Amino acid sequence: MNDKLKILFNGIIAENPTFVLMLGMCPTLGTTGSAINGMSMGLATMAVLICSNVVISLIKNFVPAKVRIPAYIVVIAAFVSVLQLVMEAYVPSLYATLGIFIPLIVVNCIVLGRAEAFASRHGVFDSCLDGIGIGLGFTIALTLLGAVREFLGTGKIFDATIYPEQFGSLVFVLAPGAFIALGLLIALFTKMREAK
Amino acid sequence: MKSTLVNMVLSLGVITVVAASALAGVYTLTKEPIAQAKAQKQQDAIGEVLPGIEFNNNPAAEATEVEINGETVTVFPARKDGELVGTAVESHDNNGFSGLITVMYGFDPAGVITGYAVMQHAETPGLGSKMGEWFCDPAHSIIGLDSNTSNLTVSKDGGDIDAITAATISSRAFLRSLTLAGQASQQFATQQ
Amino acid sequence: MLEYISIIITAIFVNNIVFAQFLGICPFIGVSRKLSSAVGMGAAVTFVMVLATAITWLLQDLVLTPFGLGFMQTIVFILVIAALVQMLEIILKKIAPVLYSALGVFLPLITTNCAVLGVAITVVQKNMDLGQSLVYAVATAIGFTMAISIFAGIREQLALANVPKAMRGVPIALICAGLLAMAFMGFSGIKIG
Repeated sequence: MNDKLKILFNGIIAENPTFVLMLGMCPTLGTTGSAINGMSMGLATMAVLICSNVVISLIKNFVPAKVRIPAYIVVIAAFVSVLQLVMEAYVPSLYATLGIFIPLIVVNCIVLGRAEAFASRHGVFDSCLDGIGIGLGFTIALTLLGAVREFLGTGKIFDATIYPEQFGSLVFVLAPGAFIALGLLIALFTKMREAK
Repeated sequence: MKSTLVNMVLSLGVITVVAASALAGVYTLTKEPIAQAKAQKQQDAIGEVLPGIEFNNNPAAEATEVEINGETVTVFPARKDGELVGTAVESHDNNGFSGLITVMYGFDPAGVITGYAVMQHAETPGLGSKMGEWFCDPAHSIIGLDSNTSNLTVSKDGGDIDAITAATISSRAFLRSLTLAGQASQQFATQQ
Repeated sequence: MLEYISIIITAIFVNNIVFAQFLGICPFIGVSRKLSSAVGMGAAVTFVMVLATAITWLLQDLVLTPFGLGFMQTIVFILVIAALVQMLEIILKKIAPVLYSALGVFLPLITTNCAVLGVAITVVQKNMDLGQSLVYAVATAIGFTMAISIFAGIREQLALANVPKAMRGVPIALICAGLLAMAFMGFSGIKIG
């Protein structure tokens, strides 16, 4: 039981995709203008990650080694397209907000990275747990970054006003703030991990 | 598994076919809800831009394309017992700060602006994206202005409208699409 | 003509792919320690981006749209890009070994470079015709090369600076990128034509 929990928590702290592995930077920067957008992007990526991890660990023994990367890409792309269609049908406004970053989950290094590094070597259940763990780590990181940017930029967190909007520094919602806030958060995370 | 040409081609082929057919399945399942979601959004926007105007037709079913200066906009006529009581016009402008913006505007038969709803934009969050609230804020509202007589440009260009703070380009795009919509609405009304 | 110039200026400066659209960040951070490798990566991206955009545009126009297969876009585009990168690697090795030795190490990294897929999808979304798409792809790639080269120049200097321990490496690089992005905001709003 313990090692199952370890797989789950591995993705949240020790191998946090954003703060430690520093993968998937494009959606991390591009969709975190607000906490809710960051969280939605994280959850969308998590859904693809779990599905692709499960399927890839199921088919790993039937795929010849030389063509495994293209095979994984097809699996991932199929799940991303399914996600696109489902989101367009049931949450159209969210789909419009996240825009091009939804199809781009396909080239998110995290998803292919986990397929290659974990799912192709472990059982279905473990791969599913790994997908949940890494997905959660990514979602937490994006939500946190979104919350920080939204708070500094507009004085709100999850659309709830904390201080008046005109005191916010808009730059944190705009492009430069994304880079700066992420840089500071990674430094903070590194510091905390070292202190332990 | 050992990589021979046969099993490489075979396994990739099988995976692709399974993935493609699964995708086609999901596509057929979601086709209807996607179309519905789009229609619903249009319907909601039409209701929103014509507040207080009672109509008993389905404006979306009577959508008419009107061409103004080479641009095509869509007019949704609202009628009560066959008589035109207002028009919702879906207009657009390609020169927003980040390209295309699409806005639905409402007019009463005389050409007075009754409301608007931003349908699609990619403007800067916190600046141009404020257009959804800015132009219906009482301090600088466009609602109630007569689209025939008002000078619908920003005050910087000599017009009657205050631009969104630090987002003049977004404001200009918004007002250009409004002007287009106003002309389309008038042209449509006179043809009736 | 003016239309093309407008696309070029917008894609390179106003709507820079790295600083304004947040695409291609992974190579931007990962391959920018040295100026020479940054320029190499830029060249490789330019090569692949233009070819990929041309092929995916034609596929979209001639196959996907006429047959109502728009929903297959993501899967088809990524396969085309992956295959293209593989083929380029093989072809370059055979016919242009000099170019291969310069770009070869960067090619495998490009499949998962979201800038390439991003541009392919963007030109379809924006309904550009083939000429506009190609100009857009070239200009975007130039914008990327410029961004990564400037950034590498800064990082070469940064390596000599005494940075607090927790900030070393990626964090300080990201903050520099933020300042660069701020500089690029100065171009915003420029319109031609």
